[in-house]
Formats: sequence, structure tokens, C-alpha cells
Amino acid sequence: MTTASPSPHPGIGVPRRIDHLSEPRWVRAGLIGAAMGFLVLFLFLPLLVVFAEAFSKGLAAWAAAVTDPVALAAVRLTLLTAALVVPVNLLFGLAAAWTIVKFEFRGKSLLTTLIDLPFSVSPVISGMMFVLVFGAHGLLGPWLLARDIKIIFALPGIVLATLFVTSSIVARELLPLMEAQGNDEEEAAVTLGAGGWQIFLRVSLPKIKWGLVYGVILCNARAMGEFGAVSVVSGHIRGVTNTIPLHVEILYNEYQFAASFAVASLLTLLALATLVIKGIAGRRAGGAARRVAA
Amino acid sequence: MRSRPGGVLPGFGLAMGFTLLYLTLIVFIPLSTLVLKTATLSWGQFWETVASPRTLAACRLSFGAAFAAAAINAVFGLLVAWVLERYRFPGRLIVDGLVDLPFALPTAVAGIALTTLYAGNGWLGRFLEPRGIKVAYTPLGVVVALTFVGLPFVVRTVQPVLAELDRATEEAAATLGAGRGQVFVRVILPELVPATATGFTLAFARALGEYGSVIFIAGNMPMRSEITPLLIMIKLEQYDYAGATAIALVFLAASASLLLLINLISRRARAVPAG
Repeated sequence: MTTASPSPHPGIGVPRRIDHLSEPRWVRAGLIGAAMGFLVLFLFLPLLVVFAEAFSKGLAAWAAAVTDPVALAAVRLTLLTAALVVPVNLLFGLAAAWTIVKFEFRGKSLLTTLIDLPFSVSPVISGMMFVLVFGAHGLLGPWLLARDIKIIFALPGIVLATLFVTSSIVARELLPLMEAQGNDEEEAAVTLGAGGWQIFLRVSLPKIKWGLVYGVILCNARAMGEFGAVSVVSGHIRGVTNTIPLHVEILYNEYQFAASFAVASLLTLLALATLVIKGIAGRRAGGAARRVAA
Repeated sequence: MRSRPGGVLPGFGLAMGFTLLYLTLIVFIPLSTLVLKTATLSWGQFWETVASPRTLAACRLSFGAAFAAAAINAVFGLLVAWVLERYRFPGRLIVDGLVDLPFALPTAVAGIALTTLYAGNGWLGRFLEPRGIKVAYTPLGVVVALTFVGLPFVVRTVQPVLAELDRATEEAAATLGAGRGQVFVRVILPELVPATATGFTLAFARALGEYGSVIFIAGNMPMRSEITPLLIMIKLEQYDYAGATAIALVFLAASASLLLLINLISRRARAVPAG
């Protein structure tokens, strides 16, 4: 569907371009220029400046900042958090999408709203809610204190806040995909005598595979990069409860800009890898959708 | 066979059960604690916190900057979607992939990168500040950060609509003698308005609560460049949980009702027949 379709009879005076369905050349060039100008200012330059600053003091300084014991502790904590959060939210996304797409019941739109809710709650408020439940002055605070269980300013709090913030991502990826695909194949499988898990694993899962892949890697990127909510519940204990984004903040506030950007470049590489996998998954999913349509 | 709600497919009990259990533990209980905590405040205390000049200034900045950023994104998002969908140019696919960067890039990284760009000695600030345009450490910086955060929403809601638009109506309008500009304004644009409105709403909602990317570039001066989430954070750090909760609850209620209003308006825009 390109606008420039070559004439089937070149040289007989038929215009090469269907002029009335496109803009004059100078308008096209101007619009492309304006759009690219906007993206350069707001996307490309911020991306570029991360790497420029990260390597501003040379490769050795970058390596030193990244392999610093405190930085490595932050990396370990972030990886552990993501390893705990992503599988749970993958299961939740699957269960929520399955409930909403495969069945009709009362209160469906309310359930959809509840699933979407964490997306529009400020990260700071998300973190704060868990402080109010589990913090020293919180609802369960005295009970937890008496039993010496630490949730806030410790790993469980970080995991809970991250769970909340990233809970809707997988479901939001799956819902439109599964709604577009419909339930015909699953219903056919039921009439052919397939069991529940058999239907899920052999019919549904292959259909949503690539949407699921993108949901999971996006959930992972957000879990590793979450800042506001984790900032509230972490307590910022160096080398103990600092995740990678919090470590970036501390270095930045200490005017160690090169080191801060060096650690930030790790997260930026993660974001870029996420986008590349998304591109691949999107092309595969798009191909599958076209096959379904055809 | 036992009848199940809505059809013959299995797994309703398991999927619904897990969904409800998870939502209760992770979403419902924490949110209701928020309401419960506010209820421990007296009306006088509540009002004093919420109506204090500092809180009002923070809310004004949060809503104003989020609105400005979403408006910028509505205009430029429409433009970017149009260019990516209708024109072919070198690097188009890479640009298309990079549009999602703000979804994947941690907000703290975006914050320090934008601050470094727009600070007085930064790549962009170097040219802007001598001309009297100060971005970093001003409310303008807040708008810049929120524009970055909301950038993908309008592009990604408009793009599929644009891709599925029937070119035949454009052709019909053109054969009836409409100029290209007329076709765009009278035929194409009405089709894109609902998607743009949806994208605007999402970008606005995302920008309202944003924290990480803003606090680095804002300068965080009370009454001037302090956003509401930061004010909540400050109250929390002073262990003023009741005050923080009061602001959070009012902020949540205000943003929820505003979003509801915008949703209603955009639904009405959708109901009006195009053209």
C-alpha cells in the first residue's frame, strides 16, 4: 500500500504517482522533517546522551563503575526481583485474559477496570500503599514487628511494589490479541474431546505465543526499571536494598555523572534489547494474524 | 455437561479464582488501606493538608504540565503516526521501533538523560539558555519529561486506524473535486480524532502520576516546580503518613474523575458521525 505505484504503461503520459491521493513533494518532505525533528529532540538525543556520558571518561571508567561491588549488589537485587515478579505476573496475565475473553459473566467491565487500575496509579502512591499496610506504623506493622518480619525497607516490599506496578502489562498485551482471535478453535477442541490443559497448551498457547513473549519482556523491563514505587519501599540501603535505578539516582545526586550514566547504560541496553525482541515478536504475531485472516 | 457461564470452555473457576485472589491481595487491600488511613484524619487536618498553598501549587503544576505534554503528544503523535504509516523513507522501520522506547526505558534514566541535555552546559541547553529559554530546573522541564514519557501513546493508537483507513473515500472526495488539504481536514482527520483522543487520555493519565523522569529535571522548588507525587514522597520521608495519604487520595480522586470526563468527551466525539 505505498503511495508511489509505478505506472503500468510508462511513457504513455500516465503520471507516475497518483497525485490526488498524496501530498506535493515539498509537503511530504516538510512533514517527515517535522516528525523527525520532534523524535530527534525527545527520543534520539536522550538515548545518545546516555552512552556519550557513560563513556565520557573512557572504557575503563565505565567498566569500573559497572563492576563496583555496590553496583553489582544492585544488579543482583534487580535480577532477583525480576525473577520473582515476572513469573507471577505472567500467570496473572494469562488467568485474567482467559477469564475475560473466554467467558461471559456479570461485573466483567468492573474486573477489566480493576486489572487496568495499577497502570494509572502514580508509582509513588503504589509504593506508599504497601508502606501503609506493612510499614512500622502500618496496618500490620505491630504484628510484623513482634514477629521480627521485615517487609518494608527489605526485599519483600520491593517485590510487592514491583508486582503491583507491573501487574497489568501481560494482561494488556494479551487481551486485544485474544479478543481478535476469538474462541472458535478452543470450542472445536472441546467438541473433539480435549481436556482443559490440553486445549490451553496445544491450541491457545501457540496462538498467543508472540503476544505473550512481548508482554513478558516488557514486564521484565518495567520490573527492572521501576523507580518511584521501589524508591518508597526500599529505604535506600546501599548494597542491600538498592536496585539498579536507585543506584543510578544515588550516583547522580553525588555528582558522579559518568558512573551514574555507566550504570544507566546497562538499563538502556536492556530497553533496546526489549524493543528488538518486540520487533521480532510483532512481525511473527503479525504474520500469524495475516494467516488467520487469509 | 455442566453448564458454565458463557460457554463450553473449561478453566473458569481456576482462572477467575486466581485473578480475584491476586487482585484482592495486590490491588484491593492496599488501595482500601489508603482510604482507611485517610479516615483517621479529622476534617480540619484533612482540609489543612489538602488546601495548603503548597499542595495546591503542586496539583496545579501536575495537572497543567501533564495536560500540556499530552497536548504536545496529540499533535506530534498524529504527525509521527501519519509519516510512519503513509510515507516511505530510509530508516523508517528503525524509527518505528524506537517510538516505544519510553515504554521500555526506566524513568530514572530518562530523567538524568533529559536533564543532562537541557542543563545550561548540555547539548541543547547550551543553545537555549543564551536565548533566554531555561528548560532544566523549571516547570518547562517538567513538560519536557512528561512529553517523553507519553510519546508512544498517541502514535500507537492512531497508527492502526490510519493503516486500516479505506483509501477509496479519499479517492471519492478527490474525484468530487476536493483538494488534498480539504480531503485531509474533512475526510481523514475526523476518522483519526477518536484514536487521538484515546491516546491523549492515556498519555495524560501516565503523565499525571509520573515521578522518576520528572524529579531530576524539575529542580523541585516548592510552590514553583514541585509535582504532587514528589510532595507525597516528601511527606512520607517526614513520616507524615496521614498527610501523604490525604494528598494521595485527593490526587487519585481528581485524576480519576478528570479521566472519566475526558473519556466521556471522547466517547461523544466517537458517536458523532464522521464528516
